[in-house]
Amino acid sequence: MSDSMNIKHHLNDDLLMGYSAGTLPEAFNLVVATHISMCDDCRSRQAALDCVGGALLECEGVADIAPDALARTLARIDAADPQPKVPSTRRPGVFPAPLYDYVGGDLDDVRWRDVGMGVRQAILPTSRQATARLLKIPGGAAVPDHGHRGIELTLVLSGAFRDEVDTFCKGDIEVADEALEHTPIAEPGADCICLAATDAPLRFSGLIPRLVQPFLRI
Amino acid sequence: MLLDAAINDLRDEKTGERVYARPADTRARINGRSGNLTAQSPPEPRWNSRIIRIRDAQDKEAFAELFAHFAPRVKAFLIKSGASPAQAEDCAQDVMATVWTKAHLFNPARASASTWIFTIARNRQIDVFRKQRRPEPEDLPWGPEPEPDPAEVVGLQQETENLTSAIAALPEKQRQLIERAYYGDLSHAEIAAVTGLPLGTIKSRIRLALERLRRAMT
Repeated sequence: MSDSMNIKHHLNDDLLMGYSAGTLPEAFNLVVATHISMCDDCRSRQAALDCVGGALLECEGVADIAPDALARTLARIDAADPQPKVPSTRRPGVFPAPLYDYVGGDLDDVRWRDVGMGVRQAILPTSRQATARLLKIPGGAAVPDHGHRGIELTLVLSGAFRDEVDTFCKGDIEVADEALEHTPIAEPGADCICLAATDAPLRFSGLIPRLVQPFLRI
Repeated sequence: MLLDAAINDLRDEKTGERVYARPADTRARINGRSGNLTAQSPPEPRWNSRIIRIRDAQDKEAFAELFAHFAPRVKAFLIKSGASPAQAEDCAQDVMATVWTKAHLFNPARASASTWIFTIARNRQIDVFRKQRRPEPEDLPWGPEPEPDPAEVVGLQQETENLTSAIAALPEKQRQLIERAYYGDLSHAEIAAVTGLPLGTIKSRIRLALERLRRAMT
């Protein structure tokens, strides 16, 4: 039985379309690709949106190409290395393939840093337009009350958290905009591991987190 | 027949000029039924067989035909996405070379030729012009069947052609919205227009294929 069937909170159309069109910041693409890896429903919605891209390619005009373009392309093909025949497949760990690639390993390989109140994080290397990070929240602990200036995506990889909106379990994604001021709390029990992306620095409501914010890049 | 004429009239091949004006009832016809679209030799399976000949027999003649159709379209897509004509020329050759080297990854039950080539062009565009990595969802092991089910292939082709026709038949303003979204020039709030397209059927079809796959794997 696939975990995919239990997912309640999905990507919205805007994010899927941005991913399909290739217009999202890299950090958002990483969260979207990781969620799709876990969710058949969003995988099929995204594949349908890719068809829009294909249809536009088919019916949105042509540009003149160089007279020797075909010959040059065939020369490139002759010079190219043969491609490996095995695409990436499911590995047994916690992280789906795209996240595994960014971490350079699985959960045990993450280099965590304390951000206070028992919460740990690891920032992943992406372009600076937006920030992607892993969060590890001990069971029962809260992430400081915060709002955000832009969009915040939070994908649950293991464990669960709840906030003012709902409970989010493995594979669920919360899409929060600036209007949402929330306090995510990990459900009692196991650590809650999340992949989060923000397109603007988080704005903490409490004074102390605000002071440390510039050092932590949260 | 009216519908075939409408599809053939999308664009003048030589001038690249678009001919989109449609009588109001054309759109209803296109959306209303789906059988007639394949009454005449449809374009997509032709491209599928070219890619498969490249995959299985390194057929340069098949590649030349594919190149003549898609290279000018890929170049036009890249120019609209902000590349200079010289950059777009170079990148389009690169994309077409990738079509050859990755032909073994093409699966006509998952995406039509135009959709597949669009995704290659989009990823290359992100890589070259936006200097970002493109995280991709984890691939599903699409075994054990080595060749996809012909009925699924035909079904997906039909839906893709319906979608292409529906996009072409949209009022100019709506069509431009979608085009702008895919060329990275649109805030997310404006994208509602996409919901008017027959995406649900494509999504359901892909979703069913995924469910069959999951069942086959357990």
